[in-house]
Amino acid sequence: MEGDVHGAHGAFEPFLPGLVILLPLVGFLLNGALALAAGRRSAEAVRQGREPDFMHGHERPLTHRLPTWIGPGVVGLAFVVALINFVRMMGADLHEPVIRTYWTWMATGSLKVEAAIQLDQLSMVMMLVVTGVGFLIHVFSVGYMGEDPGYPRYFAYLNLFVFFMLILVMGASFPVLFVGWEGVGFCSYILIGYWFTDREKADAGKKAFIVNRIGDFGFLVAMFLLYTTFGTLNFVEIFDQAPSVLVYGGGLVTAVTLLLLLGATGKSAQIPLYVWLPDAMAGPTPVSALIHAATMVTAGVYMVARTSVLFALAPAGSLAVALIGAATALFAATIGLAQYDIKRVLAYSTISQLGYMFVGVGVGAYAAGIFHLMTHAFFKALLFLGSGAVIHAMHHALHHTHSQADPQDMRNMGGLRKFMPITWIVMWVATLAIAGIWPFAGFFSKDEIIWYAGARAEGPYGQWYTLIWVACLAAAMLTAIYMTRLMVMTFHGRNRTGEKEAHHLHEAPPVMWVPLVVLAVLSVFGGWVNVPQAIQESFLGGFGLLPMAEWLHHWLHPVTGPAEEILTRYAGGFAHHAPFGGGELLWAVLSTSAALAVVLVSARVVSGIAYKPAHEDVEPTGLRRVLYRKYYVDELYDALVVRPVVRLSRFAWKIVDQGIVDGVANGLGYLARAFGWIATLFQTGSVNTYAFFLVVGVLVVLWRVAF
Amino acid sequence: MLIEALILSALLFGVGTLGVLLRRNAIIMFLCIELQLNAVNLAFVALSRYLGIDGQVFVFFVMTVAAAEAAVGLAIIISIFRHYETVNVDNFNLLKW
Amino acid sequence: MAQILFYAMAVVALGSAVAMVTRKSPVASLLYMVTTLASLAVIFVLFEAHFLAAIQVIVYAGAIMVLFLFVIMLLNLGHDYRKDLKGGLAAVLSLGVSGALAGLLVSHFRASAPEPFAGRIRDSGILESLIAEKGAVGAMARPLYVDYVVAFEVTGILLLVAVVGALALAKRRV
Repeated sequence: MEGDVHGAHGAFEPFLPGLVILLPLVGFLLNGALALAAGRRSAEAVRQGREPDFMHGHERPLTHRLPTWIGPGVVGLAFVVALINFVRMMGADLHEPVIRTYWTWMATGSLKVEAAIQLDQLSMVMMLVVTGVGFLIHVFSVGYMGEDPGYPRYFAYLNLFVFFMLILVMGASFPVLFVGWEGVGFCSYILIGYWFTDREKADAGKKAFIVNRIGDFGFLVAMFLLYTTFGTLNFVEIFDQAPSVLVYGGGLVTAVTLLLLLGATGKSAQIPLYVWLPDAMAGPTPVSALIHAATMVTAGVYMVARTSVLFALAPAGSLAVALIGAATALFAATIGLAQYDIKRVLAYSTISQLGYMFVGVGVGAYAAGIFHLMTHAFFKALLFLGSGAVIHAMHHALHHTHSQADPQDMRNMGGLRKFMPITWIVMWVATLAIAGIWPFAGFFSKDEIIWYAGARAEGPYGQWYTLIWVACLAAAMLTAIYMTRLMVMTFHGRNRTGEKEAHHLHEAPPVMWVPLVVLAVLSVFGGWVNVPQAIQESFLGGFGLLPMAEWLHHWLHPVTGPAEEILTRYAGGFAHHAPFGGGELLWAVLSTSAALAVVLVSARVVSGIAYKPAHEDVEPTGLRRVLYRKYYVDELYDALVVRPVVRLSRFAWKIVDQGIVDGVANGLGYLARAFGWIATLFQTGSVNTYAFFLVVGVLVVLWRVAF
Repeated sequence: MLIEALILSALLFGVGTLGVLLRRNAIIMFLCIELQLNAVNLAFVALSRYLGIDGQVFVFFVMTVAAAEAAVGLAIIISIFRHYETVNVDNFNLLKW
Repeated sequence: MAQILFYAMAVVALGSAVAMVTRKSPVASLLYMVTTLASLAVIFVLFEAHFLAAIQVIVYAGAIMVLFLFVIMLLNLGHDYRKDLKGGLAAVLSLGVSGALAGLLVSHFRASAPEPFAGRIRDSGILESLIAEKGAVGAMARPLYVDYVVAFEVTGILLLVAVVGALALAKRRV
């Protein structure tokens, strides 16, 4: 049951790890029950011609007050339990994962899958991020969703999501991970389509679900391949046997990693399956922050890091991961340049940043990938929640004046810093973090990924890695541009909301801005847990003042160590200089000063543009139109995939199903009826006929017996 | 003599079968079934001569059953006759659904 | 002597059986049936089945056939001279089938003629010695009341049920 635990600090004693998963489930059940009760009561009210009592002007009923405490409460408790486990794990010397087996989930033939969770350094980091950031977003939701009629339902879904996300990161085998994987996909679907009465939003949910199915297909086939090869699906056993069973760079492991990559591109919104994520912005903004920025979309990165041993054994698979990541990072960043919807900019930014994480885990810097996953969770959650606060304020202002303007369109904003100073400041913190400016969190994590990508330039596939490195640098500059554009358009310059509306703009309530401030603090200091050695000793690290140099790297070493060993053995270690010379410190200084320059220049340029409110504006032309239209990828997919599939389905329906399948089925029916009709001819009702056939039967039997 | 008896039994059985198939009168059909039973009885008796008394015990039981059958069968025929005023089986064609 | 008697009785039995099947009149058929039963009783005696021969005459020819005769007379069937035998295709098919059945059986028995029943049958006269020791009825008594006592009792119940059933069926109003 327990892993082999030894070491100087003593064994790691987990503290009720199952509780971390169980608490959100309890929250889901309680909130779900409240949601059902609320739904029943409001249906009753509507039947009697009254207004449901959770609407304005009423005392909020119990069903809409309890989730305020239950929803964030269970996640907060889960965070506390995770924290206790984290402290205990820090105190222990853990080299092997601790497996907790609860029951046998399925046992068929040689396949035996246990409902088991795995506690190790990687799942610990993920648990803390999911429950920690998740808790803050839950708290924010109390303010953001407070007036929504479906308040308890919302928290039920959100708790369910956290539950599945924890299964995903804590599962000890591929099937358990897959349960979480599918569970979060389902929760994503119901939360994107949370306002399901809006056709467009419900369709966005379906799109996310269907696009993810394509990726899941890859994941499933990869699982089948692994099972036929290893006869088990447990992480520990597969990763122990992999280096001896699988051939380095062999076809099998390459196929497995490419299929896993297909699964990851679906869940983590990478080329070619990224198209669902921008549409997923139809969901409530805290959902975008939690699911589509901080946690679920990083599941692909987590999965690659979890299966790092396999990816290390497949250099082509790893290269594919890094290439897709770099391409996505650059591609999504360019689209982000021309979007007007504040959440869409952030959505493309998320896709782009996820690309960075893919580059990180693709080049073999698994700790760097997870590091960026963590810091990105902080500052992107902050950006989304900040945009949520903005949208909340805009929505209220427009609601008061009954304006039909789009509260998410940045062309309708401008100059909001006067009205929402706290949001303005924390958003700038997050912007500087994502732009990669020292000493914010994003600087360390992003720079590390770019550095490791460049440090692969001399090994196998070197020229490809050089290309990836260049793409990452370019995308970093683009990130600074589109984020600055977002900030300037939203918070600076002249207010474009309208005279009357501007009077109703106001700062978000404390329940919303306190989580923002906490996330802002994390966005500043979160990067200090993994400062590279070279930087830590220099002036950028305060000449060794930062206490936790490369802490995360060392922390994750028991998990990523085997993969790094394989990489060093076959592909050589990382170089100590970038492709065109220069050390880590030099490039760090270069990139941060370049990013700062880009921020300043683009702030000036964007301030100079006189934006018009959305209803007065015309569609952009030329290259900007291509970017605004997202390279027409949706149209391309529609023409290349959706329409042919629809045509094929129609063919399968009309010709194959109704024609051939139904024809065969009906034909068999008619045939049986014809035979039946012939058989009735023998049924004369006359005793003589029956006697005759009886004798014939006796004859046949006798014939068989006698001869 | 055994083989000859068995052949006689087979021939009588065939004649009985022919009667069942050929006659329309229910009572005669019944009589032919009795003939078939007797053909089998003959085979039993002939074989018991060489194999032991058990065959004769069987014939005894067959006769008892034949008596019971005759009683019930004839009762059925009477009952049918009351209904149809005939014992011609061609008129009974309801033995189907 | 026994051989000649057997053949004679065989001819009588077969002939009256064929006549029984072919006669139009039910009463005539019945009388031919009685003839067949009587000649079979003689053959039973030839095979040392004295007791059965007696029952054959008393119960079968005497009681059951009289029951048939009573029914025929009760239903007043003697004057119905409509054609009773089937003709045409039905006759051909019936003849073919029953001929094939008889032929199959005969050929099977003939095939086993030199060594009937895998040599288990020897003319050992076991039945003669048993009858000489216990008498014709006594020879039947032991197997009937000891070895097959359950079957015997069941047969008794069967007869009882048959009587009740016949009564229930034949009564005008139940």
